[in-house]
Amino acid sequence: MSAVITDADIAAREREVWELLGEVPDPEIPVLSIVDLGIVRHVRQGSDGRLSVGLTPTYSGCPATEVIRGSVRAALDAHGHAAAAIEEVLSPPWTSDWLTPAGRRKLAAFGIAPPEASVSNPKHLWGATVVTCPRCASRATERVSEFGSTPCKAHYRCSACREPFDYFKCL
Amino acid sequence: MSRAVAAAARPDRALHEALLRYVLRLGDTSLVLGQRLGEWVGHAPTLEEDLGLANLALDLIGQARLLLTYAGEIEGRERDEDALAYLRDAPEFFNLALAEQPNGDFGCTIVRQWLMDSWQLEIYTSLQESTDSRLAAIAAKALKETRYHYRFSSGWLVRLGDGTAESHERVQRAVDELWRFTGELFAADEVDERMVAVGIAPPLSTAEAHWSARVDEDLRAASLKRPAAQPYPWHGKRGVHTEHLGYVLAEMQHLQRTYPGARW
Repeated sequence: MSAVITDADIAAREREVWELLGEVPDPEIPVLSIVDLGIVRHVRQGSDGRLSVGLTPTYSGCPATEVIRGSVRAALDAHGHAAAAIEEVLSPPWTSDWLTPAGRRKLAAFGIAPPEASVSNPKHLWGATVVTCPRCASRATERVSEFGSTPCKAHYRCSACREPFDYFKCL
Repeated sequence: MSRAVAAAARPDRALHEALLRYVLRLGDTSLVLGQRLGEWVGHAPTLEEDLGLANLALDLIGQARLLLTYAGEIEGRERDEDALAYLRDAPEFFNLALAEQPNGDFGCTIVRQWLMDSWQLEIYTSLQESTDSRLAAIAAKALKETRYHYRFSSGWLVRLGDGTAESHERVQRAVDELWRFTGELFAADEVDERMVAVGIAPPLSTAEAHWSARVDEDLRAASLKRPAAQPYPWHGKRGVHTEHLGYVLAEMQHLQRTYPGARW
């Protein structure tokens, strides 16, 4: 015996899964959820009743990608979605523009400067980007290294408060 | 299969083989270069550059994973990225010979990286328009990382080339020594021609013109001289490598060769 599934039921189920994924932290920057990071591409309830979740990697070689996949699998299994499929979506590629406004606020509060510009402008890589210090809000900062502790971050220091900080790469 | 059917299937079979070879060339080039960069971990001149080279290596190995996974699917013999990376011998690797050249000093690594980055920039930019949607997606993903790598390597090229007399002399020597491997970057063979014919890959002559202009501009900014083109006897793309690849593979494959199927 199967009940009739309405569009409203499907929407509610998908919303419930989005909320569930909103609780899955990024393993490298745990103040961010994977939804804040913008790497959940879709939650889709197919006409066959099967649920699928689309994930996209941030950087091709980011070691967190597999940990994230495992956390999503565990979250889905624990909430009765053991049959759900997890798909890898490569196109369009993730960029820092996919960070949500909530994600940007959480990064800044955590002490990581969020990306300063949009990557849609191809000049952003070579332009003189000024990064705001997440601690004292000074604009007098300088880049120490293009690379930091994870693929998504660069290393900066503030000339005003003298503190080093991470900058979430605009890429 | 009737003879007529076999004849009709033959062009597709050849195309299929060419695509496999083409994807392996891209994947192997990223993998071997990434493995080379990984040798720097713990040895770079400063902690920041150590992290920088490791980050480049990570992106390149990530790109290699995407490409080799795809190659395994094209091949259809149930070889995954790991089987392809760890269980092939040197003549079955089709990376550009430039990628396998030893690290040398930091300046030499930077020159090799800058040459490879500027090559990948052209190839991935064009591959975004590939008629093969999987390659186009991988290229778009890899391109944004490559741009960042190029910013790093070209920045260091200028700093070292236009730096002290010692640093200038060392990077010029590296440019002179590595230049003979650049001939292979844009030398098209029947695999490339087949890929171009069906719109999967860009014509290498167009990419070469862009590459050459970019490289000249960077050399000028770094006060370095462009060496004359030289003939080369290696054809990494065809599995004919310099002696160095064997040593890279010996280290990279040691664990899987000693304990087949080991996982962690």
